[in-house]
Amino acid sequence: MEETRRQFLKQSGVTVLLTGAAALAWDHLLAGEPEKAPNYKMADHWWALALDVEKCIGCGNCVRACKAENDVPLEPFYFRTWVERYHVTEEDPEHPQVDSPNGGYDGFPERYRAGDGSKNFFVPKLCNHCAHSPCVQVCPVGATFETPDGVVLVDKSYCLGCRYCVQACPYGCRFIDPRTQTVDKCSLCYHRITKGLTTACCETCPTGARTLGDLKDPRDPIHEFLSKNKVHVLKPQLATGSKAFYKGLDGTVR
Amino acid sequence: MERFRDQEHLLRLAGLFAAGFALFLVVRWVLIPGDFGVYGHFRAGAVADNAARPLRYAGRQACGDCHGEILEARKGSRHEEVGCEACHGPLRAHAEDPEAAKAQKPDGGKVCLVCHTANVAKPEGFPAVEPKEHAGGEPCGSCHKPHHPEIS
Repeated sequence: MEETRRQFLKQSGVTVLLTGAAALAWDHLLAGEPEKAPNYKMADHWWALALDVEKCIGCGNCVRACKAENDVPLEPFYFRTWVERYHVTEEDPEHPQVDSPNGGYDGFPERYRAGDGSKNFFVPKLCNHCAHSPCVQVCPVGATFETPDGVVLVDKSYCLGCRYCVQACPYGCRFIDPRTQTVDKCSLCYHRITKGLTTACCETCPTGARTLGDLKDPRDPIHEFLSKNKVHVLKPQLATGSKAFYKGLDGTVR
Repeated sequence: MERFRDQEHLLRLAGLFAAGFALFLVVRWVLIPGDFGVYGHFRAGAVADNAARPLRYAGRQACGDCHGEILEARKGSRHEEVGCEACHGPLRAHAEDPEAAKAQKPDGGKVCLVCHTANVAKPEGFPAVEPKEHAGGEPCGSCHKPHHPEIS
């Protein structure tokens, strides 16, 4: 009697342990593949962006494409990506004039004159997909997160709309969607990049001012972009681990 | 060992505590999805939710599958690397079912000017013009072919 009870306990203990381990492993297997992209493995990618300020012509194609692709509200002030125009005068280079009429959605009507000694240029902006995102750190419910492939995403079903992350993002990349009262931001077209396509903004940029890059892919041209050019990230002093690399960025840009 | 005088009420308290903890575990089990915490402090299924959005832009690869002659015509031109949907707009629906969703021809009077209107903020060397001065109201297409804009 004593012997069988011991055996029974031993056996059931082993069974419980093994089922638990198997269940955990199965969870990992199931969660490893985003829906409808069976060949996409998150562990094989680490997404980044290469932005060439000297190529941006301020056409607004990226802004329009982003709104169409991601169903972003059409009214101004709701942008997942936008373009800024900088006007830096010789007299006051510390205080550039920055404008972004409707985020650049309708292009940029001429506002400045040539030959007045000022410096004028466009800067495309979007989520920097930071590796140490301040926005992710402040979310109280785990509704925003960094994926294993380096994209900062939002879980709309979890978001409370508390706006902590909107304030925490040093780049102003988040907004509250007026229809759902939850936060919205650039998803790096996660539904596209997991299917082998590039983002809508990169797809429609006519000059190649922005290109999506996979830092884990040794053949990706982003490595050449990073090694051949002097690049910079926005607000490096904040150590956000930004993965939006700008070439030809002026010091006045914040 | 001598019994505590208050043993009974301590036991009752311990029971209450155990019941409270069990209730906490049950509530936690009900409220937290099973896939929470697989990759970090978030619901793993949210990654798939983000990946499941519908597409609007097909991508130049899909355009080239049927319209190879256009890709051929663009070879060697300054527009060779421009994505088709940069001018033609989102055409995923058309790529899925070319008969049901017809692609519209872009308005030649507007689409060129989106990029090629002069602006002092544009990078130096980018071909941009003051449309009225440049063509005097003549449509761009009368001199430039959009798929191969250089005038030979």
